[in-house]
Amino acid sequence: MDHITFLVAVVIVTALAFDFTNGFHDTANAMATSIATGALAPRAAVLISGVLNVIGAFLSTEVARTISGGIVSDTLVTPGMIFAGLVGAILWNLLTWFLGLPSSSSHALFGGLIGAVWAGAGSHGVHFAKVVEKVLVPAVASPLVAGVAALLATCLAYRLTARAREEAVTKGFRIGQIASASLVSLAHGTNDAQKTMGVITLTLISAGALGHDADPPLWVIASAGLAIGLGTYLGGWRIIRTMGKGLTEIRSPQGFAAETASTTVILTSAHLGFALSTTQVASGSILGAGLGRRLAEVRWGVAGRMAVAWLITLPAAALLGGLAAAVVQNGGDLGTAAVALVGAALAAGIVLLARRNPVHAHNVNDAHEVRLRTEPPAKVGTAA
Amino acid sequence: MQADWTALGPVTAAGVGVAVAVGVVFALGVHGHARPEGVREHRGGPGARGLGPAALCFLACPAVVAYGTYLDLFVPGPH
Repeated sequence: MDHITFLVAVVIVTALAFDFTNGFHDTANAMATSIATGALAPRAAVLISGVLNVIGAFLSTEVARTISGGIVSDTLVTPGMIFAGLVGAILWNLLTWFLGLPSSSSHALFGGLIGAVWAGAGSHGVHFAKVVEKVLVPAVASPLVAGVAALLATCLAYRLTARAREEAVTKGFRIGQIASASLVSLAHGTNDAQKTMGVITLTLISAGALGHDADPPLWVIASAGLAIGLGTYLGGWRIIRTMGKGLTEIRSPQGFAAETASTTVILTSAHLGFALSTTQVASGSILGAGLGRRLAEVRWGVAGRMAVAWLITLPAAALLGGLAAAVVQNGGDLGTAAVALVGAALAAGIVLLARRNPVHAHNVNDAHEVRLRTEPPAKVGTAA
Repeated sequence: MQADWTALGPVTAAGVGVAVAVGVVFALGVHGHARPEGVREHRGGPGARGLGPAALCFLACPAVVAYGTYLDLFVPGPH
């Protein structure tokens, strides 16, 4: 443990802080549709999701290895760069949460890291081929695959149950949703908790505490799992509202189809080491489920705004990470302290702003509907 | 790790295939379970027909999940 300097400890704490924001940013992926259809009470939903995220973190480390030995050069990266990248990722995550935008926490993390390493070590520190193969291709493909799967499953579910009593069908799928939403949470734990594990492992490698290509140690797996679980339990109600009520009106057969599609896509990809965005998969599934039910209305304005957030997340987080890295590299300890202080101040500012217009377990399902009727559609997404 | 473009195919096939299969089987279960109640209302007699197949469908879903999780955890990935 001689290698764990003060800076490395700060990086690990920052990584866990990112993991926490990742948790509450992404609660919506698993639970938005279940909360919207009434399959689960909001508080119960976030508790189940939090616990399953912790369990999921222990199940697999394939994605963690993609990060620690993949997109950036682990011989050039320093703990200072990782710190800068994490600050960029956290700030972007908080900003998009404030706006209620389901942007990808994974892309925020990758963007932050890429920007920081690029600014700190030059462009040869970034493995662009790996970024394209493991991040960009899955980013385009995964929401499409999940959307098609959810669309087909929704279509067939409605067709097959067309002659049955609607009330009984709704009840049946609601019970199914408890299982399918739980599985998304589990899949989320296996996928997203690992990203933080990967970052901490990368830090330990860069500080010389672990050998190259090392697997994450158990304490890293446990702390990353707990951080994301706690964040999930806190509940990102703003994003839950956008995904559960903003994109389309979700009914229980659609929720079940969307969650089943998300789970299978996340788990098969995690198995192959694709670090895909669970947020984008879940959004793709919800859109697909929306299109699969006849007469269901998809709010393309909200979907479009979300897609823009997806496009700019990686570059925006890269810019923030790059700026922070430049300060850390040139300012030494003083620069690192300055980045930490400014980052913390900005984060606190966003949280305080959010408290003026709070979204919580009690109004997550109703407030958005009221807004839809009283405000022009263009404002709905920003208010969410 | 090398560029592995071919992995995209299996993810697509497995993702769509399994999701649709589970969705259909569960929908059949819901249909089987929901129909007897409807039948009962119209004819006034107990309609147990459909409950057996429905139970089978409901059992098949966790079986698929268990098998998928088994594949995910105990069969090593390609890397």
